[in-house]
Amino acid sequence: MTEARTMTINMGPQHPSTHGVLRLVLELDGEIVVRCTPHIGYLHTGMEKIAESKRYQQVIPITDRMDYLAPLSNNLAYVLAVEKLLGIEIPPRARVIRVMLTELTRIGSHLVWLGTHAIDIGAMSVFLYAFREREQILDIYEQVAGARMMSSYFRVGGLFADLPEGFEKTVRSFVTTFPDRLAEYEDLLTRNPIWIQRTKGVGVIKPEDAIDLGLSGPNLRACGVPWDIRKSNPYSGYEQYTFEASKGSHGDVYDRYLCRIFEMRQSVTIVRQALERLPDGPIAVQDPKLTPPPKPMVKQSMEALIHHFLLWSEGFRAPAGEVYQSIESPRGEYGVYLVSDGSNKPYRVHFRTPSFVNLQSLPRMVEGRLVADLVAIIGSIDIVLGEVDR
Amino acid sequence: MDKLKEAEPEEHVTVRTLRERLPDAVLSTKSFRNEITILVRAGDIVRACRYLKEDPDLRYEFLSDLTAVDRLGEHPRFDLVYHLYSLQFKRRIRLKVQVEEGEMAPSVTSVWSTANWHEREVFDMFGIGCEGHPDLRRILMPEGWEGHPLRKDYPVQASPKWWEEGGKSD
Repeated sequence: MTEARTMTINMGPQHPSTHGVLRLVLELDGEIVVRCTPHIGYLHTGMEKIAESKRYQQVIPITDRMDYLAPLSNNLAYVLAVEKLLGIEIPPRARVIRVMLTELTRIGSHLVWLGTHAIDIGAMSVFLYAFREREQILDIYEQVAGARMMSSYFRVGGLFADLPEGFEKTVRSFVTTFPDRLAEYEDLLTRNPIWIQRTKGVGVIKPEDAIDLGLSGPNLRACGVPWDIRKSNPYSGYEQYTFEASKGSHGDVYDRYLCRIFEMRQSVTIVRQALERLPDGPIAVQDPKLTPPPKPMVKQSMEALIHHFLLWSEGFRAPAGEVYQSIESPRGEYGVYLVSDGSNKPYRVHFRTPSFVNLQSLPRMVEGRLVADLVAIIGSIDIVLGEVDR
Repeated sequence: MDKLKEAEPEEHVTVRTLRERLPDAVLSTKSFRNEITILVRAGDIVRACRYLKEDPDLRYEFLSDLTAVDRLGEHPRFDLVYHLYSLQFKRRIRLKVQVEEGEMAPSVTSVWSTANWHEREVFDMFGIGCEGHPDLRRILMPEGWEGHPLRKDYPVQASPKWWEEGGKSD
């Protein structure tokens, strides 16, 4: 009789370090992971299907709920895709505000990643600090959009409303204090011997494997491939900002950590530049067929009333065609593939979500390593299950 | 709105090279909003992808996205859509393959590992199988689910089967 050498166990879907509802079937030889099979779909809510029955503007709140840690990034990718389809350019003020808010989103998302990743590995206090700073970003969301998490602030053609009074002051105070706070996190982790032991040389992936597996964002840059969509294919005027893309070299958990810390610093400089150049002017395209007229006008002008009524009852029509627009979300390439048949609803929307693609590389990173490393590696890929399952 | 200047698809370096090297593979080309779409014959998709990935002047080494579109009422019914990206030349290209209902499409997992989950999603959501896929299972829907949700003839609201089983009481 031969003795079974390996044991198969389930990790998740309720395991705290699987960040939501990821289920991993692990084949273990003692503490070593021999095979890892991810099972996903627990949060599948058919967002792409729902989007087909919504008018173009109505899809925006659905995108918030995908990557719920970076709602404005998702909004941006979607509205850019629709704007490309329509062939419109939005006013400069709206573009700068979009850049500023998506960069704040990146910081907020990376902060959640940092806090939860550190707590997974056992560094409890970072979590509390990171969430303290993230709170300020949620306050900014609340100021502009009225909601702290599902902000849906961007609209096709511009923004939902102009910035409220006091916004610049809040953001300015955040970007002044935040770099020091970032230095505090680094004091806790970057040269901490325990942190280094748990992360250096763990979950290594070679650049050619990373490209083959479709990794993007900080995960890919940590391998030394300097691909940042904001640099390579700029959108929303990113070519006018001075910043650097992060770059690692070892492709391990530690380099992914360094890349994200670096990105938070760069985001701060981008937000600063955006604050400096914030122009005056309209916040949406001045086209009554696309964006609603100001409320007072609806009460006075018959034409404005008709436009308002049509926008809310029928929406606008987009020319038939197909576009693909991708942006650099906090997690990587977030792409929106949009097919239009000329009606007021998208014929097909596909969201190329970075978490879905990045998660696929997990088995390649963990096989042959310890279960404890698995926890560090899942955290370092920075997945959001809402975005994996859509 | 439609005054934008479109690129001439046949002048695009990718189209020119592909037409020259694999003349039978390219069925048609199109440009919309300066995005080039190449319709490739289904049987040639793996060859075309491998060529686009490996050619030193094109180097589309990154498969960004792979999905499908149900064009219910038209024949062939399904479009498989591949979004390729070249990290070196910072270029994007869209490939398309058309398959009829019940037909299999060739799998590109031998060219890019990342196609694995994308093709499983296409199988799960549209019921289009990919020939040569190492592990063709549903990915988002539960095992044993009936139907393919993203098909246009699948209802947007709850699947009728779901209700028939437990909820016949009213």
